[in-house]
Formats: sequence, C-alpha cells, structure tokens
Amino acid sequence: MTDAPSAPETRPQRPRVGLLVTCLVDLFRPSVGFAAVKLLESAGCTVEVPSQTCCGQPAYNSGDRASAKVLALQMVEAFEACDYVVAPSGSCAGMASKHYPELFADDPNLAGRVNAFAAKTYELVSFLTDVMGLERVAAQFPRAVTYHDSCSGLRELGIAAQPRKLLESVAGLRLQEMSESDICCGFGGTFALKYGEISTAIVDRKTENVRAAGAPVLLAGDLGCLMNMAGRLSRQGSDVEVRHIAEILADMTDGPPIGAPVPRPAA
Amino acid sequence: MSVHATSPQFKANAHEALGDAQLQDALSHVRSGFVVNRAASAALLPEFEALRDSARDIKNHTLAHLDLYLEAFEEKVKAAGGHVHFARDVDEANAIVIDICKRHAAKSVTKGKSMISEEMGLNHVLEANGIKAVETDLGEYIIQLRNETPSHIIAPAVHLTQAQVEADFRRVHQDLPQTRDLTEPTSLLSEARAILREKFLAADIGITGANFLVAETGTSIIVTNEGNGDLTQTLPKVHIALASIEKLVPTLEDVAQLLRVLARSATGQDMSVYTTLSTGPRRPDDVDGPEEYHVVILDNGRSSMLGGDFQDMLRCIRCGACMNHCPVYQAVGGHAYGWVYPGPMGAVLTPTLIGVDKAGHLPNASTFCGRCESVCPVRIPLPKLMRFWRDRAFTRHLMPAPQRLGLAFWGAFAKRPWLYRLATSFAMPMLAFLSRGKGRFTSLPLAKGWTATRDFPAPQGATFQAQWKQRRAA
Repeated sequence: MTDAPSAPETRPQRPRVGLLVTCLVDLFRPSVGFAAVKLLESAGCTVEVPSQTCCGQPAYNSGDRASAKVLALQMVEAFEACDYVVAPSGSCAGMASKHYPELFADDPNLAGRVNAFAAKTYELVSFLTDVMGLERVAAQFPRAVTYHDSCSGLRELGIAAQPRKLLESVAGLRLQEMSESDICCGFGGTFALKYGEISTAIVDRKTENVRAAGAPVLLAGDLGCLMNMAGRLSRQGSDVEVRHIAEILADMTDGPPIGAPVPRPAA
Repeated sequence: MSVHATSPQFKANAHEALGDAQLQDALSHVRSGFVVNRAASAALLPEFEALRDSARDIKNHTLAHLDLYLEAFEEKVKAAGGHVHFARDVDEANAIVIDICKRHAAKSVTKGKSMISEEMGLNHVLEANGIKAVETDLGEYIIQLRNETPSHIIAPAVHLTQAQVEADFRRVHQDLPQTRDLTEPTSLLSEARAILREKFLAADIGITGANFLVAETGTSIIVTNEGNGDLTQTLPKVHIALASIEKLVPTLEDVAQLLRVLARSATGQDMSVYTTLSTGPRRPDDVDGPEEYHVVILDNGRSSMLGGDFQDMLRCIRCGACMNHCPVYQAVGGHAYGWVYPGPMGAVLTPTLIGVDKAGHLPNASTFCGRCESVCPVRIPLPKLMRFWRDRAFTRHLMPAPQRLGLAFWGAFAKRPWLYRLATSFAMPMLAFLSRGKGRFTSLPLAKGWTATRDFPAPQGATFQAQWKQRRAA
C-alpha cells in the first residue's frame, strides 16, 4: 500500500489545486466557481475540477452517517491526485477537513486516506492568504460592503481576518462592519426548511443588522447563507445586493447579484 | 412523578413563542445582557481559555473515576454526621424527600434554586403530600406565583418583563398598598424579600440544589446572588441538598478552578455574590445551621451516559452560556423546548432523560452554528453530541417521512455522479428558464418552509461542471 499524498510540507511551485466546487455553487451559482478558478490561477495554482457531487454534509447532519461516508469516500477518491482541495465555502471545507476524519475514525483501513484528504483541504479565501501568501487582489469595487462571517468558516476553521484583509485591498471598496456579523444567519442547511419559522426569525435579525450597517452590498463566503439572506432581503423588498466574496475578489461582478433579475438586453 | 414534556410539540411551542410580543421583548435582554457581560469578563482574564481547559480536565477526570468519588463523598458526609441518599430515578428521589419531610411532620418547606427539583417535579409531589413549598430565589418565586416552569437554568423568569412581574405582585400581594411604586426591579426584589423573610423563619425544612459536591470533604456547595440559598439551608432544622451524579468534583482546589469559569460564563460576574459550603449538620459550637443534613444524589439515566457517546455532556456545570448564545434559544426562549432543560445543553440532555422519541426535535432544532461550544466553560462539543442524537433518531426511523424522502432523493443523485450530471444538466437550465429572468422563485411546492417567508434564488443556468467541461473541450 502506498501512502496517499497529503498536504505537502513545502508548497509546490505551482500546486495542483482541485476545486471542490460545492453542490450549491455547481447548481445555483457557477459564477462563484469561475471566480474561484480565476483567483486560484492568478495566485499561481493549476486548477482541476474532478467530477464531483456533494460533500455529504446534509446526510451527515441529518444522522445518515452511512450515506455521508459513501459521499465522503467519493470525494476523497476524486481528489486523490491533487496537492490541495479548495472549496469556496467554509461549511463544505469544514465538513471535509474536520468531520471526514471523525466519520472514519474507527475505520483503520480508510482513516489514513481520509485524514490525508482532510489535511489538504482548505476554504478558498484562507487558502489564498494562508497557503499561497496572497496579500492583495487586483480588483476594484467602488462601493461600501458589509461582510457576514459564516459560522462553519468562522468557528471550525477560524476564518475572520483573511477575507477582511483581501477585501481591504480591493480598489475603492469600503468595508462597513455590521454588528453581530459573527452570529448565525439562520440557514443551518436543512434547518432552514425544517424549522422555517425559527430560521426566519434568526435571518430577520441578520437583515436588520445588515440594514443598520448601511452598506448597499452584503458579502459572505458561503452560498447557503447567502441564498438565505438574499431570499429574505428580497422578500422584504430590500435593495441590498448579495454576492459571494469570491466574485468581488476576482473582479467578476458583471452578472446580477444573488436572487436578482437578469437585466434585459438593451433593445 | 415526572414533569410532563411538551417537547414533541416543539414547533407549535416555537410558533407561539415567536408571536408573543412580551416574550420577545424579555428575550432581547438575554442577548444584550448575558452575552455582552460574558465577553467582557472573559476578556479581562488572560488565563480564561486555559481555565476552560483545566475545567474540562477536572470534570473528565472526575467522570473517569465517578464511582470512587461518589463513594468517597458519601463517606465524608457520613463522617460529618450527614446522610447521603442515592436515587435511581425521580420517583425514588421524591420518595426520599417526602419520607424525610414526614418524619419531621413538615408543613412548610423553603426552597433554593434547584433544577433537579424541577426534573423531579418536586413541588407538585410536596403539594400532593400536604406540604407547602415556597421558592425563595426571586426568579423561582415569580414563576411559582404564575404556576410556570423555569425557562432558563440560571434565570428562571428571564422570559418575563418587569411589567408582567409587577402585575403578578399586585395580584398576589393583595394586603400591600396598591399605590406602592414597583417600577424598579430593586423594588420588586425588596418586596419579595420582605414576604420571604417570614417564610424562611417558619419553614420546617430547607431544600436547595448543589452546584458542586466535593468528594474530599463531603461538602455541598451552592452559588447564588441573592443569599436566599443560605437562609434556606441554615434556618430550618433540616437541610436537604438535591444533586445529580455529575455534580461531583474531587477537591476544594478543583472547585476553586471551576468557580473561576462558572460565574464568568453565566452572568459575566467574577464570582457570584454568595458561594456557600455546607459540610454536615450543625456542630455543637456552630452558631447556626440545620440539625439534619441530607444529600439526595439522583441518577435518572445519567450513568448510562458514562463511557458512551454522551459522556462529555456530564461535564456540564449549568452556567447557561450555551443557551444565552444560541440563536434558536434567543428566538424562541426556554419554554418552547418543552421540558426542564432548554437550549443546546437541553437538546443533548433531554433526549437522554425522556427519550429521543419525545425529544427528537431538540437536537434537530439547531443550525449547528457552534456558538454554544465556543463559549462552553467545560468545552462540551454540543453540536457533535446533538448530531449523535440525530444519528440515533435516523437509525430508529424517527425522522419525518418528507424529510427522509427528500434526503434519500438527494442521496440517490449525489451517490451516482453520472446520474447527478445528467439530471442537473437538464434541471438547472430548466429551473433558470422557469424563473423567467426574475432571478428567484417566490414559491416552490416542495420548499414551503423556505418560500413562505423567503424568496428562493434561481440557478444561473447550466451547472458549473457542465460549463467547465465545455470550456475545457473548446
């Protein structure tokens, strides 16, 4: 048996990065995936996109560990040849790096491979800063934005300073912090469907904080949270624009924000 | 007799709570008070994080040798002239308390704050035996007047506004002048104090909880802010302390460490106002104290958690930080959880005590935001333990059918990448088309839980993977 490649001790000159695109980005907002590719390539990575589906988090958090393990192994196999695995989501990256090892902790035949996969998996923004040493991005966005810290990224992976640092390097951008930026938006995966009413009460508090911050643009690093906040904001009739942070950092903001209408082509 | 659980109706309870304006007003103080104060006091103590590690380690050590510490505690209490009673379940615990009360022909009992007493439904049992129980903690006193249960483990009346309490006092304390000013919380406190003073003096027996049981010395310790616990346990002839098995700690030195994280995590105080140690009954040269000292140690299913997935939960020191910081608790309050223990700690403990079939909503009604774990003074991995309950609920087919089907449907595609690619390559452009350029859906038949209050953003069109493949082929 050969050892599966783990996160290299010293970073290769041009690392092969597998993009774990996440099912939400794959299905709902591919532009975030392309923004991630652009950021990774600009930072000196070779990007590959192995065929993939879902990281298994919905099954894992619903108590269906057997399905979660099947999906986890599928991911581990798909990315075996990559130096790193990078996801534009703290939630999916946290699932892969923190929870996959837990799923296979009592399976000595697979634990090694799974742990190696976990060790080379990162969330996009923190990968750019912490592994690739990115200090700034070549983007401009001459508007005020506010940033929501998604829970898994913040508390499982410690992501808080990295996105703010890169946002500050965006030409023209002003970061106007909201209060309670570190408090849950009420998404919680299937929670938003199972307990819609409570989820709504929680997101209402978030949208209130967003409004109070006064910035016309809301950013975060997880599409689930973003869809939840965008969905509530648009139902409230708010004109706050909601985007994934990768779109701003990659200077790819031509398309409409999340949940916003596609502009009609000029006649 | 156990407390009736409304946990199976969690959703209906939550619905009611969300529409209760007074409750919502009262809950806003949880966010602004407890949370801010905890953060401030933790920040003032450079070793706070190290103390949390130490607190976790002390409790882990105790749990690993719990049998020995329970026996050691019993011996020390006996040596000091007190009595220890082990109760397997709440019926046994209630019988022990009633037996002591009957032996002393007790008519009146004062009570300090005790969640174990709530678990036992003790007040009802006392009443059924013709014994009048008077709660002496201000919050407990208030909810007793209202015939309610605590909605928080350290702030039982946190679900009430000052105006509600004022109205209750005017209703119940009829012989006081109606013109008196009760607009300040302190005036409410003084009034309750004056009334309780007589009860303390008249009580035959005092019943308290215990924050810690110290094996080294046979001491029970209570931590309070009002001093009511001291009067409850020192004035009557008999003191009964109620505790569950996980309240054991080896030494006073350990207690000193745990106290440093307890009040800071709970209210943001460096220390609670009173920390009172009771070791045995009054000695000949003591100026006060009870003539009899009893400790009732309740198991009620907790020993089944030892050595299993849920053992970490037994580290809990009941500070309430998890619920104070929980967005779900903050939204719906404690009563919605439907049994004695609310919030994240309740979501883990309650299924053990009343069954996951009844309490299944509790571990599910969490966004897994992880804030509870991030503030827990003994570092209980609460989301992980809630997930363990979800595993059990899933294995026992307790998940509602629509959810199970939805999950299975998603799984069928996610486990077959070719099918996922095929299906999504049609479905996503189709959904994008159906959204007719609006970028969102205002209703979706299978996602009403979402679309009742939120729009659902529409997909952009072809999936990322489909576009990527095309781009690579070009």
